[in-house]
Amino acid sequence: MTTETFVVAYENKEGDDGLLDYAIARAKKDNAALLLVHILEWSPYKFLTPQEIEERHARRKQELARAKEVMLDPALAKVHAAGLEGDCRIRYGSVVELVAEIASEASASMIFVGRSGTQSMAARIFGSVPLGLAQVASVPTVIVP
Amino acid sequence: MKPTQIALRAGLPALGAALAALPAQAQETAHSIDEKINEVVGAATGPFVNFIFAPFPGTSFPWIVLWLVIAATIFTLYFAFVQFRAFPHSIALVSGKYSDPDDAGEVSHFQALATALSGTVGLGNIAGVAVAVSIGGPGATFWMILAGLMGMASKFTECTLGVKYRNEYADGTVSGGPMYYLSKGMAERGFAGFGKVLAICFSIVCVLGSLGGGNMFQANQAHAQLANIIGDYPGWITGVIFAAIVFAVIIGGLKSIAQVTEKIVPFMGVLYVGTALIIIAINYDRIGWALGQIFDGAFTGLGVAGGLVGALIQGFKRAAFSNEAGVGSAAIAHSAVRTKEPITEGFVSLLEPFIDTVVICTMTALVIVITGVLQVDAETGQYIWNAELGRVETLGDVSGVALTSAAFESAISWFPYVLALAVILFAFSTMISWSYYGLKAWTYMFGEGKFQELSFKILFCIFVVIGAAMNLGPVIDFSDAAIFAMALFNIIGLYFLMPIVKAEMISYQSRLKSGEIKRYA
Repeated sequence: MTTETFVVAYENKEGDDGLLDYAIARAKKDNAALLLVHILEWSPYKFLTPQEIEERHARRKQELARAKEVMLDPALAKVHAAGLEGDCRIRYGSVVELVAEIASEASASMIFVGRSGTQSMAARIFGSVPLGLAQVASVPTVIVP
Repeated sequence: MKPTQIALRAGLPALGAALAALPAQAQETAHSIDEKINEVVGAATGPFVNFIFAPFPGTSFPWIVLWLVIAATIFTLYFAFVQFRAFPHSIALVSGKYSDPDDAGEVSHFQALATALSGTVGLGNIAGVAVAVSIGGPGATFWMILAGLMGMASKFTECTLGVKYRNEYADGTVSGGPMYYLSKGMAERGFAGFGKVLAICFSIVCVLGSLGGGNMFQANQAHAQLANIIGDYPGWITGVIFAAIVFAVIIGGLKSIAQVTEKIVPFMGVLYVGTALIIIAINYDRIGWALGQIFDGAFTGLGVAGGLVGALIQGFKRAAFSNEAGVGSAAIAHSAVRTKEPITEGFVSLLEPFIDTVVICTMTALVIVITGVLQVDAETGQYIWNAELGRVETLGDVSGVALTSAAFESAISWFPYVLALAVILFAFSTMISWSYYGLKAWTYMFGEGKFQELSFKILFCIFVVIGAAMNLGPVIDFSDAAIFAMALFNIIGLYFLMPIVKAEMISYQSRLKSGEIKRYA
């Protein structure tokens, strides 16, 4: 029986294997369940052409299916193989806002997120997902290098 | 040449040099190509234009304008002034207050509104208003605003039906618009054969409207604005450049151009309205006078030929051409939006004539009136009518987009450059939207398929060149006629189907009241 839930902000980018391995190790130690969260960046104010509007619903279905099959299912299999309880969520919207919200909804006690690894000017000005989570999350956030 | 024109020529050395390098004989040949295209297309479209704008027997009132006015009035009364009652709810829908967070990733109401607006906010708001005010006098503005307010009910009706009767395909894509509600909706009401005829007729004129108002008029006025600031050169040159870009987007699938335009267009819209407000603020002492001119002109004509009727016809014509209420085009754009409640797209769409006509067109008209580019006889205080040109005398003897440009320039000398950029971007985004509307009507008639799509898209690009090469007269006449002809078939169907919209509206409003329709924010 698990005692707590850890949220993993999973993007499946380079280095996220390390993030998942670390989260699994910590969850085993604390007897926690892992909730893998993948957010597809989306703004309801982004401009679309009529053609894009027509195709949007079909695209959304494809994007959700791809995120589940290619990213989350293999990651979840790894969690289960490690003998841990695990679940996943895929949502559209702002990454920072939604990861923090899901962590709150699931009464998670910790969030694990991969380091962004970028030195770009945009990241310095507008911030990155790990920095954003560190600022807004209501639970401790572990940034995994 | 004006000093500003010389300055811009210096600022565009490449284009200036290229045009200057054209030998005189080549330029002459180019102009003769323009004239030839004018002659052929003008003659081909003449009978169609004459039929659409034929006056009501015994009057000078075009029957098609009356058709739109009556429809907008009937929808306004039938839906008990829905455009005013539902206005706050429409704003709440667009701001996402009723959007289920689980539906994130689907097209939002805001996106649907923005995309539909990018198809309507365009040259009608800049050039069309100038045409209305120079022919119908300032009073045309009053009738234009009234037409905009009434047109909100027409738009509400058609966009609700567009979503309700769209076709959904196995791959998740959708096709909708008047051709679908005319055939499916009318069949439901027991008029399958008549509905099919209306749908086909609508599709034919929608393709013509797409090639006319949604294409040729845009290309023509974009060229006029460019020629106005960098000096005269053959229209087909602009046409070929525009056609190449449109080709790259709609056939080459170069989405980046469309996406950049879609991002810049709203910014240009805000800049345009903001500048108009600044010019109005600079001339604050003339605001009362300008409003007086608009109201007096609406009922007396202020010496403009045609008087009240002339102002009314021009106001309604330009409003319809600008906001397309009753025309059916927006129903095509909105029908692609996935929503559980078709009526919500109706509520959202009623904001379009308000933004397009009541706000943006009024700004253009106020700037033209307030800056005094329409010539007034100092002795009589009445506008000087040029019978030969069939319009009021203007500063610099210009009309269309050049008149709006002159009005803005009289207050802010460098604004014509910004306006030129706005005109080009508006023209381009309108073309992209109308290429889609035309394509939907085309595939409705000839079936979905790669060959059918490609043939229409190539035809669309050819018409860009034709539009840019023609004089304003034949282009604007054909544009108007094609757009208004769409309204003819669409509105017949709307009369038959409006009880369905009413049932949807009553059901939605009662569920909204009971709390069954949830507010999320």
